[in-house]
Amino acid sequence: MRVGVVVFPGSNCDRDVHHVLMDTGHEPAYVWHEHAIPDNIEALILPGGFSYGDRLRAGAIASHSPIMRHVRYMAREGMPILGICNGFQILAEGGLLPGVLLHNDTARFTCRWTRIRYGGAKTPFTIPLRNGDAIPIPVANGEGRYHADPDTIRHMEENSQVVFRYTENINGSAGDIAGVCNIDGNVLGLMPHPERAAEYDTNPYDHRPARSIFKSLGDM
Amino acid sequence: MLDSEMSHLRQSLGREPTETETAIISAEWSEHCSYKSSREHLRILPRDAPYVISDKGLDSGVIDVGGGYVVTAHIESHNHPSAVEPYGGAATGVGGIIRDIMSAGTRPICILDGLRFGDIEADRHAAWLLRGAVRGISDYGNCLGIPTIGGETGFDPSYSKYTLVDVAAVGFGIRERLIHNTAGPGDHIVLLGGPTGYDGVGGAQFASERMDEEDRSAVQIPDPFMEKMVMEAILKLRPYIKALKDLGGGGLACAASETADALGVGIAIDTDAVHTRDNNMTPPQIMASESQERMLAIVDDTGLAHIREVCGRFRVPHSIIGVVNDTGTLTVRHHGTVVAELPASLAAHAPPLRWPSKPPTPGEDHTTIPDQNDYTHTLERMLGGADCASRNWIYSQYDHEVGIRTVSRPGQDASVLRLDNGKYLAVSMCGSPRHCHLNPYHGTMGCFEEACRNVRCAGATPVAMLDHLQFGSPEDPQIFWSFLQSVRALADYSKHTGIPCIGGKVSLYNETDTGPIKPSPVILVLGLADQNFRRRPIRDGDALYIIGVTKNETGGSSYHHHTGTGGGTCPRVDMVSSTSNGVAASSLAGLGTIHDCSRGGLAVAASRMCITSDMGCTIDLDAIPGDVPHPGVALFAESHSRYLVSIPYNHTKEAAHTLGEAGVPHARIGTYGGASIRFEAGATPVCNVMVDKAHNTWSESLERMIHHG
Repeated sequence: MRVGVVVFPGSNCDRDVHHVLMDTGHEPAYVWHEHAIPDNIEALILPGGFSYGDRLRAGAIASHSPIMRHVRYMAREGMPILGICNGFQILAEGGLLPGVLLHNDTARFTCRWTRIRYGGAKTPFTIPLRNGDAIPIPVANGEGRYHADPDTIRHMEENSQVVFRYTENINGSAGDIAGVCNIDGNVLGLMPHPERAAEYDTNPYDHRPARSIFKSLGDM
Repeated sequence: MLDSEMSHLRQSLGREPTETETAIISAEWSEHCSYKSSREHLRILPRDAPYVISDKGLDSGVIDVGGGYVVTAHIESHNHPSAVEPYGGAATGVGGIIRDIMSAGTRPICILDGLRFGDIEADRHAAWLLRGAVRGISDYGNCLGIPTIGGETGFDPSYSKYTLVDVAAVGFGIRERLIHNTAGPGDHIVLLGGPTGYDGVGGAQFASERMDEEDRSAVQIPDPFMEKMVMEAILKLRPYIKALKDLGGGGLACAASETADALGVGIAIDTDAVHTRDNNMTPPQIMASESQERMLAIVDDTGLAHIREVCGRFRVPHSIIGVVNDTGTLTVRHHGTVVAELPASLAAHAPPLRWPSKPPTPGEDHTTIPDQNDYTHTLERMLGGADCASRNWIYSQYDHEVGIRTVSRPGQDASVLRLDNGKYLAVSMCGSPRHCHLNPYHGTMGCFEEACRNVRCAGATPVAMLDHLQFGSPEDPQIFWSFLQSVRALADYSKHTGIPCIGGKVSLYNETDTGPIKPSPVILVLGLADQNFRRRPIRDGDALYIIGVTKNETGGSSYHHHTGTGGGTCPRVDMVSSTSNGVAASSLAGLGTIHDCSRGGLAVAASRMCITSDMGCTIDLDAIPGDVPHPGVALFAESHSRYLVSIPYNHTKEAAHTLGEAGVPHARIGTYGGASIRFEAGATPVCNVMVDKAHNTWSESLERMIHHG
């Protein structure tokens, strides 16, 4: 699939996502945040990093980038869109996904391996996964604590929008939520980094579950 | 500047230097920039190997790693600034080293940091410095998207009110895309990056003196986002840049004069063209400012057009501040008037200083670990002590995964990155000031060997070394003697093993009103492996082997430190068995899990293996090869060239065969199983620690010390 990797000033994981997309048989293309999304792009990934140096709030400035107008349009059109880490923060700041990402309850940047469990929500990125599957995956963020008010969370649960939960309380996230999707299921935000867990060399546990998130696009 | 230097300058110019010239020379001839006390002595370090690429004007060491790829590496420190303002000092330390890697035209792929503080268990100021430095490195490195994959942290009262922040970085790139540093008349001098401000004016001189007062204005202000934009712009511009230089210590003054000298050209700079934070800056301030995130590029007309386009896209401020000519002179103009006109070779070569050296009164004696029959409490204390406790609190704040090259993570002996040519790069950074204090020659060689050992543990072969030599004032003959001993040890080990020194740094005058630091060389070793040797889980019944000889040399050990014992003998590296033991250990990387035996000795090393695998082990101290008068020495001596290897129970024959063929001293000393780490002598337990208890004290104590003291 032709997947656009959106590059903001300060994106750090664009090259990593590009590498894994190539490795999983896709045709990735970088899309600079000031440019339009090329017509032939079939899915988008907003990679992690420190867009605009995380000034103001993580993702706050990038969510006003010129490209976000197009991203919003594509989201409504049903294009598969995945935001990873800072990409998730940008999507949340831009209102494409419910909730916000706050400073970790440790008040520190935290980089470590953990596991997330798939909750069965249907998205274009989770087709090969089965409800209850655990995915070994690293997190690396300072503002990764998912927060939404209890009504919103209940709503999300009813609509199958909570896609992944941590198997442990790693940062104080509400309901240990690690990843959520929009109501239509085509836009997914994920705080941990699947692209860092998708190869034998980089994943000391089992790289196949995280890899299936990228392979999933080919199964559509 | 010294009086003798001022008169040398006057004599060379044949006139009084101008104010701007004095500012340029003061920065360039500072110890920090000129190596005037050390340069001559560093010549004995072997620098050549068939794969070493040494081009003029390179800010980093470069090796060819095959398949058309190169690895670059550099090491630096930011000690004085970090001691005053740990956050900014450590952050800008990272920034500087990254620009050195970029200036070769390679992309930085990892950062390592070596940190030293006062006694964290008692000294609250040390805890404050540690928190600040770690946060500085974390905020800066994470924002750049470069993984901080390793390093080391040590504590000693000789660093009280002070800190050592050593930062190393490694880059990776295509050999053909290296920036080769050439320049010709008519080329443009472009300054790109953040605006030049008052911060850091005089920083190089500040770093070249004993630290008596807190001069905060000499500390630079970090802006990692600007650095990231500069980095991406530079990497895009790589094919169009003829020469590239980082603006570090001594700012524009040093970058311009060193570039002109190295490339054999003249450079004319117009200070009015420099983009500044303040319009009222004077030429001496502009030349000596150490504002961060700036680089000097030399380009031709075509290159200039590309710079404008790419810097525009990345919003990187830049100005065309001068031209290259063939005069061999650094000329500075301000409002149309020449304010400095210095021969570049004069500016770039400070007159060397010669200091007397004198051996100190012998520090070594025959003190050793006392014999006792219960070492359990000692081992528990050591596992939870500042020397040996887990550094997880530190490295979990560093993104060590970004870039998806990280194969072996911080907390292992060596960190390992995959390269694009199918090979794996292992890196390790080591220092051991207590050993170096006791005997700078053997202590320094030990640091070099330990870094090599760590690389061997990952199944890699050491291929290059970088040294960072940190001492007090060279004007003290005993300190200068220690420095010379250190350099000699590095040269000797390098010659013997054929591992070249591809870069390094000297930092002198590391002292406060409480005195000088202990001699603190920090050694970085790079190794290459053809394979990713993953750590194997250890199972019940697996065997534990030791390779190497344990000797009664316990001076400077963690045990002595814990028990407040001075003296003793510094461990000696036996150069012959160093290589053979290392090669033998490395050859088992595909079979088992290898762990270096160093700080805390066998007892701590074996405990670490048990903790990591959540499995007990029973170890027979009588089986250990060597000269061990009693179990205490076997447990805690820090003899070099030793490795612990866990071998799956069904592969012990293969392992024994391999080690027998290699002809290295070795023994099977233990069997995994049970819930405790148990050391026996003559079938009697002399030390017995529960794995879960060891795990808790080892993993949680550093955080407790940092927060609660």
